[in-house]
Amino acid sequence: MSLDIDGIGIAFGGIKAVDDVSFTARPGEVTSIIGPNGAGKTTLFNLVSGVYRASAGRVRIDGQDVTGLPGHALARRGMARTFQNLQVFPQMSALDNVMTGCHMQEKSNLLADLLGLASAHRETARSRDAAMAALQRAGLAELAHRPASEMSYGQLKRLEIARALVTGCTILLLDEPAAGCNAVETREVDDLIHAIAAEGKTVVLIEHDMRMVMRISSHIVVLDQGRKIAEGGPEEIRNNPHVIAAYLGAHGAAEAEAAAHV
Amino acid sequence: MSELLQFLVSGITVGAIYAAIALGFTLIYNASGVVNFAQGEFVVIGGMTAAALIGAGVPVWIAAPLAVIAGMLVGVLLYRLAIKPAREAPLVSLIIITIGASIFLRGAMQAVFDKQIHRYDGFSGDAPLRVGGATILPQSLWIVGGSIAVFAFLAWFLNRTRAGRGIKATASNRMAAALVGINTGRAMNLSFALSAAIGALAGVLATPVTFTSYDVGVLMALKGFSATMLGGVGSPLGALAGGLLIGLIEALTAGYISSDYKDASAFIVILLVLFLRPQGLFGARITERV
Ligand SMILES: Nc1ncnc2c1ncn2[C@@H]1O[C@H](COP(=O)(O)OP(=O)(O)OP(=O)(O)O)[C@@H](O)[C@H]1O
Ligand SMILES: [Mg+2]
Repeated sequence: MSLDIDGIGIAFGGIKAVDDVSFTARPGEVTSIIGPNGAGKTTLFNLVSGVYRASAGRVRIDGQDVTGLPGHALARRGMARTFQNLQVFPQMSALDNVMTGCHMQEKSNLLADLLGLASAHRETARSRDAAMAALQRAGLAELAHRPASEMSYGQLKRLEIARALVTGCTILLLDEPAAGCNAVETREVDDLIHAIAAEGKTVVLIEHDMRMVMRISSHIVVLDQGRKIAEGGPEEIRNNPHVIAAYLGAHGAAEAEAAAHV
Repeated sequence: MSELLQFLVSGITVGAIYAAIALGFTLIYNASGVVNFAQGEFVVIGGMTAAALIGAGVPVWIAAPLAVIAGMLVGVLLYRLAIKPAREAPLVSLIIITIGASIFLRGAMQAVFDKQIHRYDGFSGDAPLRVGGATILPQSLWIVGGSIAVFAFLAWFLNRTRAGRGIKATASNRMAAALVGINTGRAMNLSFALSAAIGALAGVLATPVTFTSYDVGVLMALKGFSATMLGGVGSPLGALAGGLLIGLIEALTAGYISSDYKDASAFIVILLVLFLRPQGLFGARITERV
């Protein structure tokens, strides 16, 4: 499903953290949001996923207005996300963390559970299998029974991706999924995101790793001080003088250039 | 010997009541992080409603479930009217709201019922059973059985049902729970309803032994809270163990030393345990990432 952001904005104490930002993310593509620290990327995700209430603008999923819906209602419309600052369930095992993502897929109601109906048991077993498969996909199968509180930052990032995947989402917002990952893990995350988009999901990615962004994005939106300063394909963005000045700099541009040739 | 047995029997009976109250605390805490100081009032609502119905000639097997349902409805109202509107407020404010609610409920109970002390006959009569030189009231068996049943139910419910897992996820991280599609408002509502029902059930079972009146809720809440702290906040097993332990300490102190010291000795044990194990007997220790 396509995600339309139209003129969205919010201010904190007079400072416009996100100001009149519009773009469209399409199914089957990775749309990346880049920009310097404090540009408003995470805030944009918080607006889109219903964590913050936008003071201006609209969010649409396939043309349907979903602005201001609470988080669980957005999840029901197919939106899932991961967090820059990790939002896991620390007391639970990795598997249980991912199983919470199955909540919407599970149909059994309280009564069926209370009566111990076989259907309720099957449902739980099905969720466990789906969660296990997602952990496998995120490269965390061996850690399934480890409490989340004992996992590393990079592992928790991938745990959040696994949890988002089992929700059956069609729109996936990823906030710096490769932060805290080593080079090998980064490459795995990179492949995973690519595969997720190839399934036809709409992926929106925030990432500082320019090699990754240039390699897997179809479309890039550049934010600076809350405003969109550029938008386009990787080639276009890499050569845009405003983007180089505001964010990429000489080093970043070279790195992005190098990425284009691997 | 038979003396000791007698003290143990009464300790376990009282302890099982504390345990049931502590389980109610645990459930709400697990869903919301709120320590619900109105928990004791649900015990009173259960006991007083059952007493009023039985006094009006309603058979006990109808009066008891009705009293539990009454407690559950008040629990839902407490959540809807007092907690939900302030959901975004800091936890401390929510806890203070529950203290206010308990004062309000106490006043309301005085108006709806009366200021008398009430009791009704035990479910299986009041003829004591003699076991190895000690006498056991049949109602004690109801109380202990009830607490164990509540414990088993909660342990199963929180881990094995969709709604229970939703409550656990809501407790652990409300934002993350909402964003995987869990209706966190409904999870909190459910936890208040269940917790109030558990409190009311404790009241219904206990009243033939402990009697009830509009103002015993404070003491009940205090004891249940102590049991929760002793066992480890958030752990159903801890609530059960903490409740029984406090009941036993009280009964043994009252029996061998003096009933004047029973509350004090229970609190000394709690303090000692918390010095040595701040997370309580069964509480998990989580080091927050910073
Ligand atoms: N809840 C809030 N209250 C006040 N200010 C906020 C809040 N959330 C974000 N901000 C401010 O909004 C601005 C944008 O922050 P944001 O976290 O969106 O940046 P970002 O682009 O994600 O940066 P980074 O790359 O470091 O993650 C910052 O100045 C931040 O301090
Ligand atoms: Mg950010």
